[in-house]
Amino acid sequence: MKFLTEYRDPELVTAYLEEIHRITTKPWTLMEICGGQTHSLVKNGILEMLPANITMVHGPGCPVCVTSVSVIDEAIYLSLQPNVILCSFGDMLRVPGSKKSLLEAKAEGADIRILYSPLEAVQLAKQNPEKEVVFFAVGFETTAPANALSVVHADQLGVANFSILASHVLVPPAMEAILSDDENKIDAFLAAGHVCTIMGIEEYYPIAEKYKCPMVVTGFEPVDLLQGILMAIDQLEKGEYKVENQYARSVQREGNKMAQETIHKVFEVSDRVWRGIGNIPQSGYEVNDRYKAFNARIKFDIDIPFAEENKECISGEIMKGLKKPRQCPNFGTKCKPEHPLGAPMVSSEGACAAYYHYAGVNEAAV
Amino acid sequence: MCLAIPGKLIAITAQLDDTFRTGKVSFGGIQKEVNLFMVPEAKVDDYLLVHVGVAISVVDEEEAKLTFKYLKDMGEVEELEIPSI
Repeated sequence: MKFLTEYRDPELVTAYLEEIHRITTKPWTLMEICGGQTHSLVKNGILEMLPANITMVHGPGCPVCVTSVSVIDEAIYLSLQPNVILCSFGDMLRVPGSKKSLLEAKAEGADIRILYSPLEAVQLAKQNPEKEVVFFAVGFETTAPANALSVVHADQLGVANFSILASHVLVPPAMEAILSDDENKIDAFLAAGHVCTIMGIEEYYPIAEKYKCPMVVTGFEPVDLLQGILMAIDQLEKGEYKVENQYARSVQREGNKMAQETIHKVFEVSDRVWRGIGNIPQSGYEVNDRYKAFNARIKFDIDIPFAEENKECISGEIMKGLKKPRQCPNFGTKCKPEHPLGAPMVSSEGACAAYYHYAGVNEAAV
Repeated sequence: MCLAIPGKLIAITAQLDDTFRTGKVSFGGIQKEVNLFMVPEAKVDDYLLVHVGVAISVVDEEEAKLTFKYLKDMGEVEELEIPSI
């Protein structure tokens, strides 16, 4: 855990904390969406500094955690096809599919490469014209422009042996799914700063209005998170439900227009199954008809059975904010980062792994 | 993998076509090829927020340095060490 003096602006951190304690009169439950925010809250010990009646729950904002078992199985299927090089961000390799992970497929001989950028996969395809190169295109709105641009590049360069397996997810429909759940406990959201750097903040106004739920676009450093939490509690205590932007130094109201145009050029909005949550209508991106030659699902005619999730993993309840990681009977025993039952234990941005690494396995639930 | 990482644009290496406009960005000494299509205003010595090889915005220098230090302390910049193909 960090000491307060190590933060970017310790005086401001202290001031925000004092103000949060001063204005909080009722119990409130806030959800941060982004896995980077979860990692920061847990690693920096912020949860323990908040008033006892403020509960932070950790939302489904980690693509490693929400990519469905069936999509992992699709990636594994592709990696085991002859002549295929499957490229992926490194975090995806240890995520369990229904029978194995990509790492295990690699051990069996599949040609799986970890890349920094999807644009490199296009270069790899150009260098290996005799191979089929597939990029496993996961991510939220932040990652969608880069994945879309890889398809634009392949099209412009005439690289026909490149395709992507798209498993994109979108934040606003997930927020709506959580807020409209009968068991919903969330009073306010901290929206994800970098998602909004791309998409802007317009999409959040109708959600805040419809569910009477404050939304504060927030960065991921301790001082950002505490300011975002303060802004959300201030609204809740006053009975307001506005969209506010804590992270104005990175987020413009309209987002990055060129990034949005690139996304809309290549992708169309589609239904998406979220691991632990289930199908959320219109909550993902799929490659559109114009670029279907670069859609690995069409190119390889993938038809594998729908895979059930591991019933011992309660990740759905965790990502909807109904339970905390330590309330899972398998947390830290049957389920550890070395042998995860479900995805939130895989990535450091997953709630379970963050609690495991930084908050201790046996401490009282926070 | 979800966070964008700030770095300094030290050279523009290709601009044959807008979508292939490319630069070299230094992240605390680690250099990467970065696509500049979505930041047409970017020029050498600017600080950019970069996500998986694509720059998504131009940011203030002091802000960039503080954010990079924070991300490094948090172990969130390991993806930069993946060798280029």
